[in-house]
Amino acid sequence: MFDGYLLSVLIWLPIIGGIVTLFSGDTLGARPVALLVSAVTFFISLLLWTGFNPEGYQMQFVEFAPWIESFKINYHLGVDGISMPLILLNTLTTVLIILAGWEVIKHKPAQYMAAFLIMEGVINGVFAAQDSILFYVFFEAMLIPMFIVIGIWGGDNRIYATIKFFLYTFFGSVFMLVSLIYMYNQAGSFAITDLQSVKLSMTAQILIFLSFLVAFGVKVPMWPVHTWLPDAHVQAPTGGSVILAAVMLKIGGYGFLRFSLPMVPDASSELAWLVIFMSLTAIVYIGFIALVQNDMKKLVAYSSIAHMGFVTLGFFVLFPIIANMGSSEGTLLGLQGGMIQMVSHGFISGAMFLCIGVLYDRMHTREITAYGGVSNRMPKFAALFVLFAMANTGLPGTSGFVGEFMVILTSFKANFWIAFLATTTLIIGAAYTLWLVKRVIFGAVTNPKVAELIDINKRETLILGILAIFVLVLGLWPEPLVHVMNDSLVHVIEQATTSKLVN
Amino acid sequence: MQNFTLIPMQFAVPDFLPALPEIYLLAGTCLVLLVDLFLKDSQRFISYLLAQVVLIITALLVLASFTGFPFFESLQLSSAEKVTTFSEMFVLDPMARILKLTIIIITIGVFVYSRDYLRSRDMYKGEYFTLGLFAVLGMMIMVSAQTMLLIYLGLELLSLSMYAMVAFRRDDGRASEAAMKYFVLGAIASGMLLYGMSMIYGVSGSLHLEHIGRFMASNQVMDNIGLLLGLSFIIVGLGFKLGVVPFHMWVPDVYDGAPTSVTMFLGAAPKIAAFAMIIRLLVEGLGDLVQGWQQILAILAALSLLAGNIIAIAQTNIKRMLAYSTISHMGFVLMGILAGTQTGYSASMFYIITYAIIATGGFAVVILLSRKGHEADQLSDLKGLSSRSPWSAFMMMLFLFSMAGVPPTVGFYAKLSVIQAVVNVNIIWLAVFSVVMSVIGAYYYLRAIKLMYFDKPDEFDAVNNSLINVKSQWDFSLLLSINGLSVIALGIFPGALMSLCVWAISSSI
Repeated sequence: MFDGYLLSVLIWLPIIGGIVTLFSGDTLGARPVALLVSAVTFFISLLLWTGFNPEGYQMQFVEFAPWIESFKINYHLGVDGISMPLILLNTLTTVLIILAGWEVIKHKPAQYMAAFLIMEGVINGVFAAQDSILFYVFFEAMLIPMFIVIGIWGGDNRIYATIKFFLYTFFGSVFMLVSLIYMYNQAGSFAITDLQSVKLSMTAQILIFLSFLVAFGVKVPMWPVHTWLPDAHVQAPTGGSVILAAVMLKIGGYGFLRFSLPMVPDASSELAWLVIFMSLTAIVYIGFIALVQNDMKKLVAYSSIAHMGFVTLGFFVLFPIIANMGSSEGTLLGLQGGMIQMVSHGFISGAMFLCIGVLYDRMHTREITAYGGVSNRMPKFAALFVLFAMANTGLPGTSGFVGEFMVILTSFKANFWIAFLATTTLIIGAAYTLWLVKRVIFGAVTNPKVAELIDINKRETLILGILAIFVLVLGLWPEPLVHVMNDSLVHVIEQATTSKLVN
Repeated sequence: MQNFTLIPMQFAVPDFLPALPEIYLLAGTCLVLLVDLFLKDSQRFISYLLAQVVLIITALLVLASFTGFPFFESLQLSSAEKVTTFSEMFVLDPMARILKLTIIIITIGVFVYSRDYLRSRDMYKGEYFTLGLFAVLGMMIMVSAQTMLLIYLGLELLSLSMYAMVAFRRDDGRASEAAMKYFVLGAIASGMLLYGMSMIYGVSGSLHLEHIGRFMASNQVMDNIGLLLGLSFIIVGLGFKLGVVPFHMWVPDVYDGAPTSVTMFLGAAPKIAAFAMIIRLLVEGLGDLVQGWQQILAILAALSLLAGNIIAIAQTNIKRMLAYSTISHMGFVLMGILAGTQTGYSASMFYIITYAIIATGGFAVVILLSRKGHEADQLSDLKGLSSRSPWSAFMMMLFLFSMAGVPPTVGFYAKLSVIQAVVNVNIIWLAVFSVVMSVIGAYYYLRAIKLMYFDKPDEFDAVNNSLINVKSQWDFSLLLSINGLSVIALGIFPGALMSLCVWAISSSI
């Protein structure tokens, strides 16, 4: 089915569905239409998984059509083992978000649902684009729906947060645009594969690397350009937080794998220390910051930054290992760890934000001190929340463990101290997450409002239950995911270790 | 002394055909002028309709020279060809055809947008339309001019019409002040331009751009003080007309003081003509001085980007904000030109055409918000527009995102192409500078979107305490929708217009 244009369907079906939703009326139509569109998109995206051939790194499901001929820009789509799981993550998350907003969103629900559907299509475009300008168009277009979602349905300080979010990410990406144009002038094409093979001088590579670092570093976000994230998360509605944490941050990590490492390998190697330093700072320092938060959403937002530190660490720890060992043997584990961490963080952080949303809908506060003893009133919810919290701390058996463990294991090969600092997350992460659980879920009921809480209904149980299953399955049996992306990651390592310097 | 003849001494009857649209437009305008004399105030729509018909027929005539209608084919006037007439003073090349067509279409749109605005403010006069038509004629002459003399003639025809249009609300102090300012500064600019032209003429011995070009090619020009001085004066004049820093002082005042419908006209079509003028003068005439003007234009562009974007943040008046935004956009247009390559010229052409479309739409929304007795020129008038009129708020959002250069709107591709042009000639500092400035610029566009979407409306009817509705005629709404959707359509399929610009430049210069 959909032979030859599956990816286009995954991009345009949600966008057109979003427009239909927009016109289907606030009272009745919007919710079912949006759910239908997102569910259909999700099931269609499963065809990517079933039809995917894990052998080889070549792009699959390729589509190609000339788009802007005077610049040789093409509508060129394709997925490999890196982008395919991320598209599935996106389509799944959108279904959950539509469900999560079903009763909660009372103000202009049609526009709300439409914004998320359009965003879904655009994000699929980001992961599928094989032309760098097409990538950039989707990359930027994604900001518009998010800007509106935070601005209209956000909290009290939403306007500050959404403008900060927009300008931060816009600022990050414009330098990337100049870099892409520079490489276009060298390569004569905007195709990502052509840019990956063009030879560049060291100065050019360093500058291009820095521009990518700003673009993707803001997105991930990495310390010290992370400050937009807590604001955006806290102010965004639950759905916005979920898509932001679960999918949008992954675009940063994806960018490093697709752009930085293959396009400017020499600069990546030269500046790997910088990225590793930034990642370790995120893991350690931001972890401590998470510890002192009073706002649940802020706490999870900071914990996201710390966890995403593992992703970038896993990607770049490759270079010190090569410097130490002289070969790239064993580095694959780091990249795999980073990728699994991305997918797993998608489930866990999405689930955490949904849990906070569940509480917020009932209590209308995110202050940790307002809670306590929730488990007495909401046992089902408490069980799920504790599961996700455990996954967040990286308990073996949950998906949170797999990625972090692989990255830490790899870092030992590079340097004991890198591994040591990365390992501190096991303590810090456990500290802030368990303390959160202790203060919110357990203990005696002190707030009379908590005493009136009602446990999660079927809809909420379904959403959280689906995520719980994924967290456990990925934690116990990560092999299918590892297998799917294996060859693509091997290829990235090959590219990252092959010098592109101009002689 | 080389002997260049100014005008060949021969009295063959010139070929009128390439200038047919202009000739028709002149006749048609005179007809509107005459008919209007005999109309009562209540019949003014006849002048309006007549003006539109004249414009449409002119557009068809331009289009006819494009597609090679049988009538033209018999005269071997194929569209890729460059035809000159009137002793080679007038040229019809692909670039001229496309720019003329754009100018006319923009003007038709401006007339549609302004009709209701004029009617509700007692400015619904035939003069508005005849002045507009004369301005279009001036612009068309500028676009097709092949001698400095004709450029100047076209420019003055345009400017004089514009001065009068700015002063159209004659009992309004601010409008008169704006018109006065515009007139004085415009006259100085024309003087500068003329002075520069006379110097170039003195050195090269010809007013004809092609002859000047030939003279340049066969002489050492970069150490010719007279030429460089002439070039500087010409650039000052062009800078004034285009409204780039540091010759931008008139722009905000005139944009603010003029009636909004005139601001809309002023902000769109004449920019296209100014682009053509720069291409004719600097590229066709003084192309070999590229090293000379490249640096000057680079500085003008950088200053415009800086001042335009930063000062716009401080504005509370939407017309002034759009005026500063225009200044920064003209900086982008200069970036393409200063690259000095065909890619650069076509990038600028793409930029100016799309900018004209966007700017017209932006001002249309300002007109839409205003009503009799309330000009709606403050940013706060945008508050809560998405509740009052969701569709026009959406259109305005498209225009604003397009001005900010956010894909998938067309503004992004315009910026992409000019940045590509400067990176291509290794002026990377300017490319980086321009993108930083566009991030700063994004802030004030976002602020306007914020007002429309995130703030609550505060315009209540005093009588029944309901929201004041946004009302418009069917043709206004239809055009606004087309205008807004074209921004997104051109954003998704920019290829055709881009190829058209590339083709026009490569077969004209």
